Amino acid sequence: MRVALFITCVNDTLFPGTGKAAVGLLRRLGVDVEFPLAQTCCGQMHLNTGYRDEAVKLANRFTETFAGYDAVVAPSGSCAAMVREQYPHLDIEDIPKVYDLSEFLVDVLKVTDVGAYFPHKVTYHPTCHSLRGLKVGDRPTDLLKMVRGLELVPLPGAEECCGFGGTFAVKNRDVSAAMCADKIGNVMKTGAEVLCAADNSCLLHIGGTLRRQKSGVRVLHLAEILASTEESAE
Amino acid sequence: MSGTFVGMPAFPKNAAKAVQNSQLRFNLRKATHTIRGKRAAVVGELDDWAELREAGKAIKDHTLRNLDRYLLQMEEKVTEAGGTVHWARDAAEANRIVARLVKETGETEVVKVKSMATMEIGLNEALAEEGIEAFETDLAELIVQLGDDFPSHILVPAIHRNRAEIRELFLKKMAGAPKDLTDEPRALAEAARLYLRQRFLEAKVAISGANFMIAETGTLVVLESEGNGRMCLTLPKTLISVVGIEKLLPAWQDLEVFLQLLPRSSTGERMNPYTSMWTGATEGQEFHLVLLDNGRTSVLADKVGRQALRCIRCSACLNVCPVYERAGGHSYGSVYPGPIGAILTPQLRGMDTPLDRSLPYASSLCGACYEVCPVAIDIPSVLVDLRGKARHPRTEKAGMAAAGWVFNRSKRLAKAQRFGGRMRRLVPKRLPGPLSGWTDTRDLPDIPAESFRDWWVREGGADGRRPAVPPVGNLPQESRKK
Repeated sequence: MRVALFITCVNDTLFPGTGKAAVGLLRRLGVDVEFPLAQTCCGQMHLNTGYRDEAVKLANRFTETFAGYDAVVAPSGSCAAMVREQYPHLDIEDIPKVYDLSEFLVDVLKVTDVGAYFPHKVTYHPTCHSLRGLKVGDRPTDLLKMVRGLELVPLPGAEECCGFGGTFAVKNRDVSAAMCADKIGNVMKTGAEVLCAADNSCLLHIGGTLRRQKSGVRVLHLAEILASTEESAE
Repeated sequence: MSGTFVGMPAFPKNAAKAVQNSQLRFNLRKATHTIRGKRAAVVGELDDWAELREAGKAIKDHTLRNLDRYLLQMEEKVTEAGGTVHWARDAAEANRIVARLVKETGETEVVKVKSMATMEIGLNEALAEEGIEAFETDLAELIVQLGDDFPSHILVPAIHRNRAEIRELFLKKMAGAPKDLTDEPRALAEAARLYLRQRFLEAKVAISGANFMIAETGTLVVLESEGNGRMCLTLPKTLISVVGIEKLLPAWQDLEVFLQLLPRSSTGERMNPYTSMWTGATEGQEFHLVLLDNGRTSVLADKVGRQALRCIRCSACLNVCPVYERAGGHSYGSVYPGPIGAILTPQLRGMDTPLDRSLPYASSLCGACYEVCPVAIDIPSVLVDLRGKARHPRTEKAGMAAAGWVFNRSKRLAKAQRFGGRMRRLVPKRLPGPLSGWTDTRDLPDIPAESFRDWWVREGGADGRRPAVPPVGNLPQESRKK
């Protein structure tokens, strides 16, 4: 099986740590993951802001880049949902089979215990496009529950949007900030040290607000928690 | 659409004001979360909800595809049953027809059943100009009308008001309100009842909308909770119903689906208290049906947007929308607020004003609306499609073109990332221009010195192949610290 990593433009540029963690994790599980350098962006920002033509160009570029792979793994629920849910609306043909990381681990590799160690109190935000777009369900929390040392605490109002929404966060700054304030209120109620999600764009928004408020809560991508082992934690 | 919202600023500006109003935020949160919970509970009771939803969607799509045929059938059946059918191209024509019909009766007062269509066309204002006073008889509509206010929710138009405000309003504006009126819901309802009872008994003309029209029999259907509708539909001598052309259902049997979908989605009840159905006119009474287009035909012509015409005005999408919950209904500048309003208003009114252009962007595309919609309107997809048709700001266009140029070659992306990596210490804490919207409430992330792709290549990973040196899982303790 040929497996490619679609890192996503946001992770590639701003969160290389998530990509490294995903590669480390997949290799630890015996997957010879490849990285086609021609990849750039899935086109979600353009499409969702109203620039369909640009988005179609990027979507075609994406399908060409990942043609021939049996599976494309993306550490981003929203970019995976763009390919799977929105490309068909753009009449894109031969769409590669894209999985969010948790889907790939649970459905393809059939593992929930990835041998990770992370001795911290963690709460999980499911993110809208993973939850309602891809419908990943309990896969991420099933994975987290098997992490040694990790205490998973439920997040009140978990299924509610954090208010990121791509350019929405800038175009409707006040509503976005109000939504984030409520999300953060719920995060603080859990007493968790770490807020985990499978999408760094949402974490960029929530994490940026948490940091501005000097809340002391860290945000981490699911891949980074699943990649940590007892050796790496030392 | 109603002229009352004309000249309102764009959505973000209205919403910015609304989010500062703590009383409004509290009222809206409490109300929407309560109805949301009730809806989830009664929907969860039905094992075949997914099938019902699919059936609702299919029936509506079939009707819309054959709308011309069903409309003519409706006209024929209503006429056969002694009613008169009028066709209104737009709001002005519909208002003219209704005003003329009322004048022909010689009356100057009418009672109204809660109706979205008549609010859409601004009927009350149009009638007032002709010297005809319209009395809203739905409790919440009455509250809105007494307060010279705008509705802020499809189902609960006075959702933005609390009971203390309603008491004040009744004492000030409602004739015959008892001096010792308390703000107990029961007392408020009783005062309104007594006031409305007088209106019902005096009224000679009633105006309604309809939830459904059955083409097969020419029957109109109204679902309601308070019984005021039943009063208006039966007591007055003349009944005028203004109904959007998309409200048709082919056959009586189709109600089986919609009488389950609507109450559960709307009020979170298994069944609504009152369902009134009538066909034509009873002896001694008069019935007029005004079939309203007002932009619907052009919506029907749009391949993506036409699904909005499936809407049965249940408002489940409003009650789950995180944006509606914070921005409130008035921010949408239309009688149709919330997610459905964000796709319906720009299609019905066009996108010529800053407000109407901003509506497709009044969503984080979280998808909660689509999930609860009883007729499976893919609201996020329609929003995205409308965004593609909206006029974009010049600076944004330039930015998007630049981003597209960079993303079209991976080498350009790599160069841009390296440039960003070198400049990372120079990025200000507060960004200028429209991007200040990001840094007003959020810190920027630390920009990494090296992008993922550069790391991959440095580690010896050729194009598409794994790095020669297996990377270790990174250290979470080190990641993203300040």
